[in-house]
Amino acid sequence: MKHVIVGAGPAGVVAAESLRRLQAGASVTIVGDEPEPPYSRMALPYMLINQVGESGTYLRKGATHFSDLAIDVRQDRVVGLDRKQQQLTLADGGSMTYDRLLIATGSQPTSPPIPGIDLPGIYSCWTLEDGRNIAARAKPGAKVLLMGAGFIGCIILEALAKSGADLTVVEMEDRMVPRMMNDTAGGLIKSWCEKQGVAVHTSTKVTGIEQVGDGFTVTLSTGDSVAADLIVSATGVRPNIDLLDGTGVETDHGILVNRNMQTNDPNIFAAGDVAQGRDFSTGEYTVQAIQPTATEHGQLAARNMAGLAGAVHRGSVNMNVLDTIGLISSSFGLWMGADGGDSGELLNRDRYRYLNLQFNDDILVGATSLGLTEHVGVLRGLIQTKTRLGAWKDRLIEDPTRIMEAYLGSTQAIGFNAAVL
Amino acid sequence: MLKALQLEPEKCTGCLQCEMACSYENEGVFNPSKSRIKVFTFHEEGRFAPYTCSQCAEAWCMHACPVEAIVINADTGSKDVLEDVCVGCKVCTIACPFGTVNYNADSGKVIKCDLCGGEPACAEACPTAAITYVDADHTGLERMRAHAAQTIPRDQ
Amino acid sequence: MAWTRNVLRVNLTQGSCSTEPLNMEWAEKYLGQRGLASKYLAEEIDPACDALSPDNKLIMATGPLTGTMAATGGRYSVITKSPLTGAIACSNSGGFIGNEIKNAGFDMIIFEGKSPKPVYLLLENEVATLCPADEVWGKSVWETDEILHTKYQDPLLRIAGVGRAAEQGCLYASVVNDLHRAAGRSGVGTVMASKNLKAVAVRGTKGVGNIRDPKAFFKATNEGKRALAENAMTGEGLGALGTQALMNVINEVGAMPTRNMREVQFEGASKISGEAMLEPRESDGKANLTTNAACFGCTIACGRISTIDPQHYTIVNRPEYMGNSGGLEYEAAWALGSDTGVDDLDALTYANFLCNEDGYDPISFGATVAAAMEMFELGAITTKDTGGLELKFGSAEALTKSAELVSTGEGFGKDLGLGSKRLCEKYGHPELSMTVKGQEFPAYDPRGVQGMGLAYATSNRGACHLRGYTVSSELLGVPVKTDPLSTEGKPDLVKAFQDATAAVDSSGLCVFTTFGWTLEDIAPQVDAACEGNWTAESMVEAGERIWNLERKFNLDAGLTAADDTLPERLLKDAAKTGPAKGKVNELGKMLPQYYEVRGWTPEGVPTDATLERLSV
Repeated sequence: MKHVIVGAGPAGVVAAESLRRLQAGASVTIVGDEPEPPYSRMALPYMLINQVGESGTYLRKGATHFSDLAIDVRQDRVVGLDRKQQQLTLADGGSMTYDRLLIATGSQPTSPPIPGIDLPGIYSCWTLEDGRNIAARAKPGAKVLLMGAGFIGCIILEALAKSGADLTVVEMEDRMVPRMMNDTAGGLIKSWCEKQGVAVHTSTKVTGIEQVGDGFTVTLSTGDSVAADLIVSATGVRPNIDLLDGTGVETDHGILVNRNMQTNDPNIFAAGDVAQGRDFSTGEYTVQAIQPTATEHGQLAARNMAGLAGAVHRGSVNMNVLDTIGLISSSFGLWMGADGGDSGELLNRDRYRYLNLQFNDDILVGATSLGLTEHVGVLRGLIQTKTRLGAWKDRLIEDPTRIMEAYLGSTQAIGFNAAVL
Repeated sequence: MLKALQLEPEKCTGCLQCEMACSYENEGVFNPSKSRIKVFTFHEEGRFAPYTCSQCAEAWCMHACPVEAIVINADTGSKDVLEDVCVGCKVCTIACPFGTVNYNADSGKVIKCDLCGGEPACAEACPTAAITYVDADHTGLERMRAHAAQTIPRDQ
Repeated sequence: MAWTRNVLRVNLTQGSCSTEPLNMEWAEKYLGQRGLASKYLAEEIDPACDALSPDNKLIMATGPLTGTMAATGGRYSVITKSPLTGAIACSNSGGFIGNEIKNAGFDMIIFEGKSPKPVYLLLENEVATLCPADEVWGKSVWETDEILHTKYQDPLLRIAGVGRAAEQGCLYASVVNDLHRAAGRSGVGTVMASKNLKAVAVRGTKGVGNIRDPKAFFKATNEGKRALAENAMTGEGLGALGTQALMNVINEVGAMPTRNMREVQFEGASKISGEAMLEPRESDGKANLTTNAACFGCTIACGRISTIDPQHYTIVNRPEYMGNSGGLEYEAAWALGSDTGVDDLDALTYANFLCNEDGYDPISFGATVAAAMEMFELGAITTKDTGGLELKFGSAEALTKSAELVSTGEGFGKDLGLGSKRLCEKYGHPELSMTVKGQEFPAYDPRGVQGMGLAYATSNRGACHLRGYTVSSELLGVPVKTDPLSTEGKPDLVKAFQDATAAVDSSGLCVFTTFGWTLEDIAPQVDAACEGNWTAESMVEAGERIWNLERKFNLDAGLTAADDTLPERLLKDAAKTGPAKGKVNELGKMLPQYYEVRGWTPEGVPTDATLERLSV
C-alpha cells in the first residue's frame, strides 16, 4: 500500500505517523513545499519574540524522526493530480503514484483588494520566512500596522507588542476576534490592548497603502491616515484547494469530505485546514482551521486510509485559545449560544474576567472565557461528552466558575450524584 | 504493569497535603496554586475530590501539541511536558477534556502531572489514602476514566 | 527561615498599604503568629487605649510553619486589644487563609487607624488594594463571601471577614474565614468592624519556601505525622468524633458546666454528643454529621461538616440552611447546649451555623444566653425586655431566636451582644456572670478540674481553655495523668501548659497536635524550617517570654491581680453531683504559688529579674 500525503503541517504529519503505526509495511510519503522541516505555524509568534529558535517551531524534534519511521519527507510542490492514473505531478518535473492520497495542504493568507497591498514590505505572518522578515523589522519604536484582528492577527499582536514596536491594529468588523469571541469578550480584548498602548480601530478598513520613503502611509475608511514602517496583513486565510481545480474532486469553501474524511474519490482523503470537516456542535461541514482539529482529522484520515472500520468522525469541537498581550481567552463550541438554550455569565470588566456558558437543555454546548486559564479544558470535555449536568446546570448558571466541580459531580460518585452513580 | 494514581474522593478530608507535596516536588516551594493535583471542594455536599491527569490513553494534550513538547514516559506511561520545548501556546489546555493541563503564567509554560517519574509525591503525602499509586488495571481506576470511555471515541 | 520576612502595613485612616521587613530580631525571640504579633502590638499601641478606637491596631499573623507541609501548618491568628476584656486578645483560626497570606508573601498584616468608609482589603500577592465595601457592608459573612467570590471569579480567593454582629457592636464578634473557621474569641471581629474593615480577601501564588534545612524538615515533619497517625486521639478519635468526642467524657467526670454553671452534669449530654451526631435521623435517614474535614495541611481533620434536619422548625422553607456547613465542635455544643439546658441537636447546629454566618463566638454567645436565662428565671429580665421571648432554660426556641437577634443586632440581640458581664451588670446581677476578665467560660467546670480554675483565672485573654489546657493532663492523662480534684502541683502544671501553648500558637501549628506531640516533636520541625536554634527548651523559654509580654500588656492596660479570679459560684457553690460532688475550685490555694513559680510579685507583677531573664 502506497500512501501519499500532500502537506507537511500537523494534519499531514499526524496522518503519516498514524499510518506508520497502523500499517508497518506500507509506504508513506509526505510532500511539502516549504524548504524547512515540518513546522508549526502556531509556534511562529514565539519565534518572533525569540522565545524559541526556528527549530523550536518544528513539529518533530528528532533529526531522524521521519527517517526512523520510514516516512519519506520530500520538499516539492504538487502541481497536478491525475485521479485515473492515481498519480501526482511535481513541480520539479517528476511524478508520483499513490494508492491512497491525503490532501492536507492547509490554507494560505488572503489579501484584501486594496491599492498598494502588493507593495514590498507588507507581510503576512504565515510562513517561517514571513516570521523572519517581520522579526527583522519589528524593532522597538518601529511603527507597525497590523491589518486584521482575528485569531491569527491577535496571536501575532502579542509578539509585535512584546517587540516594543509602536502598534496600530485595524479590524473591519465591529470587534476583535469576531469569529471566536462575542461582543463582550471582543470588547474586553480591545480595551485590554488599548490599555497596553496599542491603538485599535474596529469597524475600520484600510482603503489604501502608499509607499513613502522606506515606509508607508496607510489610509483608513475613517478618513484618517497612519504612518507605518511595517505592515502585517492578517485579514484571513483560505484553503489551498487550487490543486483540485478541474480534477472532479468536490470542493466548496474547502474540500468536501464525508465522516470518514473521504472525498468523492474513494482513494482521496482530506484533512486539516483544507478540509471542510464535520463540526461537532452543528453537524455541519465547515473549515475550522485550528490545530486540534487538524490533528484529529489527520488521525481519522489515516485510520480510514488504512481501511480500519468504524473510524467515523463525530465532528470536531471548534475551539481556540488566545493570549493577547497576557490576557488569555478561549472559546468552545457554540459559544454564541444555541436557539432556545440557557446561559450563565460572570463579568468583571475592571479585572478583565469573563466566563460565559451556553447550554442546550442541561448539556453544555458552548463557552467563552477570558482571564481564566485553570481547568478550561473541561469545558471541551463537557461539550464533547454531552454530559447531562442535571442539577449542576442551575449551579453553573449561578456560578460558572464551578466547571470542574460540575464535571466531577456529574461524572463521579461525588456530592449530590453520589447516590445515583 | 504500569501503575496509575487512584483517587478516592470519599476518603479525602481536603487538607491539601497533596497540593503542597506536588508543588514542592515540581517547584521547590509549597505552592498549591502550582500543584498538578487539585482538591475540589463541594461545600454544600460536604465533600472533597482530589483530581489530576489520569494519563489517558487518548492523550489529547499530546496530540494537540504543535511542537511535540508532550511525550510519553516509557517507564511510567505518563504524558510529560518537556519544559524546554513547550512554547506556551496553551492549545493542550483547551484540548484536555479533563481540564488537567494548566498554564503557568509565571513560567510561560504548561504544567501537568507526570507521576513524579514513578514516585508520586501526592500519594506519599496523602494522610488518608485517598490518593494511592496502584496497578493501572485496578478496578477503581475505571470510574475515573469512565468519562473518556463513555462518549469520546478513541482515535488510537 | 520559613518566614517570608515581609509585613504588610495597612493604614486604614489614610487608605494606604506598604510593605516593610519583618523585625527578625523579634522573630527569633517571639517566633511568629501569637508571640511575634503580640510583640508588635505591645510596641505599637498604648495598652490603655480604647479597644474600639482608631488607636487600637489589629494584626493578622501567620507562623513560620504556616503554609508548609508540617501537619496542621495552616494556622493564623488575629491579635489586637479586646473590647470584651480590655486585655490583649489573640484568636487562632485554621481554614485556608493563613496559608494564603503566606503564599501572598507576607508573615503578617497590621491594620491601623480607622477607615473613613467601609472597605475590604484585596491582597493578590504583593498587590494590596483597599476597596470600597458598599456592596458587602451590612451583609453576613456568608453573603460577603459569595459576593466577593462572584465579583472576582476566583473560587480560590480566601476570605476572612466580619458579619452583621460585629457591625452592630456585638462585643464577642469573631473574624470568620473560609465560611466556617473563626478567630472566635475576645471580640477580635468587633475591633475589625470598628475600623470599618469588612473583610480581607487573599490570593497568594508565590509559594512558601525558605526552608532552612529541607531534608531535616521532611524527616521531622514525617515523623510528626506518623506520631499523630498512631495516637488514639489525633489518629482516630478527633477524626471520627471531632472535639465532640469529649461531650460524654467530660459529662461523666462531672466537669460539664450546665445551666449557667449552676450544675456540673447535663442530663441531655448524650443527645448533643459526637455520638449523637452520627445517628441517622427519622426525617431523611441522614446523620447530622456528613463528614470530617481538614484545615489546610492538617492530617488530623477534626472539623465537623453537618446538616440540620430538613424538617427542623428552624429551617422550614429555608433551603439556604439545608446544605452542609461547619458543624458542632465541643465548645459550641456545650455553650449552646448544656449551658442553656437545650438538648435539641438541630437547634444547636442551627445556632452554630448562625454564629458562623454572622461572625460571633458561640462560647460567649451561649454563655451570655445562659446568664440571661438565669436572670429571666429570677425575674430580673422579663418578656418586656426580650420583646416577648420566653428565655427559659432548656428552650430551643429561646436559643435559636436569641441567635437570630444577635446576628442582626435587633431588639434584645443588642443586650445579648454585650456579653455576660455587661448584661448581668445591666440587669443588676453581676454575680451571675460566669466570666473571667469579662470573657465567658469554656466547657470545663473548674470545680471538677482544679487546674483549669487556675488556668482560667490567670489566662491573659480571660476565661479560656486554649491558654493552658490542663484538662489534657488532669482528665485525659496527656502527657502525664494528674488528679483533677487535687490542687497539688497545679501551679507548675498550669505554667508549663501556658508556656508550651504560647510557643505552639506562635509556630503556625494547631494546638490539637499536642494530644499527640510534645515540644520535643515540634521543636525539630521548627528548627529545620527556621533560623535560630529551636529546641524544646528554647521554645518553652519563648513561650514564657510571650506569656510575660502579654501579662505586662494587660497590667499596662490597667488590669491587676484582682482580675485573676473566678466567679463566686465556682469558688463557693459546691458541685452537686458527679465525682466532684462537694468540691469548689480552690483557686486561693494555687494562685500565690503560681505567681511565685512565674517569678512574679505577690501582686502578680513580673519582677524585673524575670523580665530580664526572659529579655521581654
